[in-house]
Amino acid sequence: MINSGDTAWVLMSTALVMLMTAPGLAFFYGGLVRRKNVLATMMQSFFMLCLLSIQWVLWGYSLSFGPDVGHLIGSLAWFGLNGVGMAPNPDYAATIPHLLFAVYQMMFAVITPALITGAFAERMKFSTYVVFTLLWATLVYDPVCHWVWGAGGWLRAEGALDFAGGTVVHISSGIAALVCALVLGKRRGYGREPMPPHNLPLTILGASLLWFGWFGFNAGSALGANELAVSAFIATNTAAASAALTWMFVEWKAVGKPTILGGATGAVAGLVAITPAAGFVSPISAIFIGIIVAVVCYTAVAVIKLKLAYDDSLDAFGVHGVGGTVGALATGLFAQKIINPAGANGLFFGNPAQLGTQALGVAATIAYSIIVTFILLKVLDLIMGLRVKDEEEVVGLDITQHEESAYTLLD
Amino acid sequence: MKLIVAIIQPHKLEDVLQELDKKEIYLKTVSNVLGCGRQKGATEVYRGRKETGNLLKKVRLEIAVNEAFVEPTISAIVKGAKTGKIGDGKIFVIDLNQCVRIRTGERGNEAIG
Repeated sequence: MINSGDTAWVLMSTALVMLMTAPGLAFFYGGLVRRKNVLATMMQSFFMLCLLSIQWVLWGYSLSFGPDVGHLIGSLAWFGLNGVGMAPNPDYAATIPHLLFAVYQMMFAVITPALITGAFAERMKFSTYVVFTLLWATLVYDPVCHWVWGAGGWLRAEGALDFAGGTVVHISSGIAALVCALVLGKRRGYGREPMPPHNLPLTILGASLLWFGWFGFNAGSALGANELAVSAFIATNTAAASAALTWMFVEWKAVGKPTILGGATGAVAGLVAITPAAGFVSPISAIFIGIIVAVVCYTAVAVIKLKLAYDDSLDAFGVHGVGGTVGALATGLFAQKIINPAGANGLFFGNPAQLGTQALGVAATIAYSIIVTFILLKVLDLIMGLRVKDEEEVVGLDITQHEESAYTLLD
Repeated sequence: MKLIVAIIQPHKLEDVLQELDKKEIYLKTVSNVLGCGRQKGATEVYRGRKETGNLLKKVRLEIAVNEAFVEPTISAIVKGAKTGKIGDGKIFVIDLNQCVRIRTGERGNEAIG
């Protein structure tokens, strides 16, 4: 039975999640790079919106949510959204058109590879980027999505809780980001030359749009205009605020001044961590999740990254990989059946086994993403080359990859 | 004829312009520049990472004057720009060979004022 209220909310949420990739992520990352790379960086997000929209219609949705093959992947039976129509699919959402569920999920598939771009910003060859993300979406995102959310997927059967995509979206992309940073290597001059963000107001605009769009991401994942959506909504906002505050206070203490970049980064880390947990946890638990993720991600970004000296340029791993892992495990601590009877109790509510189930989901996703991402990068490096030439990197990707520039010096 | 080039703190520009106005020195070019002196630039912190060696924002004034105006110009700039703290800037005085007013074709001392 199609419910018009549910359909309206999921339509709206679909548009909100679309907003997260472009302009949200595009501005967030665009402001963080140097001025010679701002367009190329925004292009990487915008291009994903275009490319993955098509991939999803053609084969992405079918591989992710189509009829199960061996609990590992969907079949190609729904290629071209064949057979995906207006009748609801009760496996996924019983009160909205199946086609709406498919397009809602499309926006998740769009943003996930775009998140990785933070790791190889300012140095990746655009043509290789296009091939890499198309293959990554097909070989990493679609299978992991099927494991966790697809009818018949093995992690779904294990009972791993992932409300809105902590594992599927943030861990899979965040881990891939670390592999990218290590395989591509550092930007020229990294550690020797200053590389400050060129336009923090753009970054703040992007982070705030991400926060706004995240209501569609998390509260929309209730797939209905109902109590669960409300619960996910408040958990989402609470965790973002709590993590942003914590991050700013930590850097106030550690470095001397609170920064708005720290606040924005903390907010995104909080949103990442609450993504799997929203819909299963109380607002008070969301405060704790925000505090924990901010401290852990701050340590990953401001201490560990500098010690290990890898160049995760815009902290795609430090925020999404680390924050996603914290969130997935925290779900195993803080989940409560009182909040969502369809969920489970976590360790703090008398069910320690849930933490183990969550850890299994995390470990499987991390291992799979590392292996496939690594092989993809190595093969593409041999065939196409991953990085731009040194002189192209010096001139900047805007000019060398796209022949356009963001800011004119004279009128 | 001399060309006076002054590098000053951006927030002292208004004071310098007022002092120059008082001495009836009106013709000048002002630009934003980056630079540093002995303090070797500024430190900024992004996500806990210290970015040292960032050049400081400064303002450059260029004023071409006849000999009689050299000392009044220098004293006006010093008066307007001095705070007594490190980073107040410098004034360079350079011999000027020629000056041409594009509109009229006038040259030398006539063209400069």
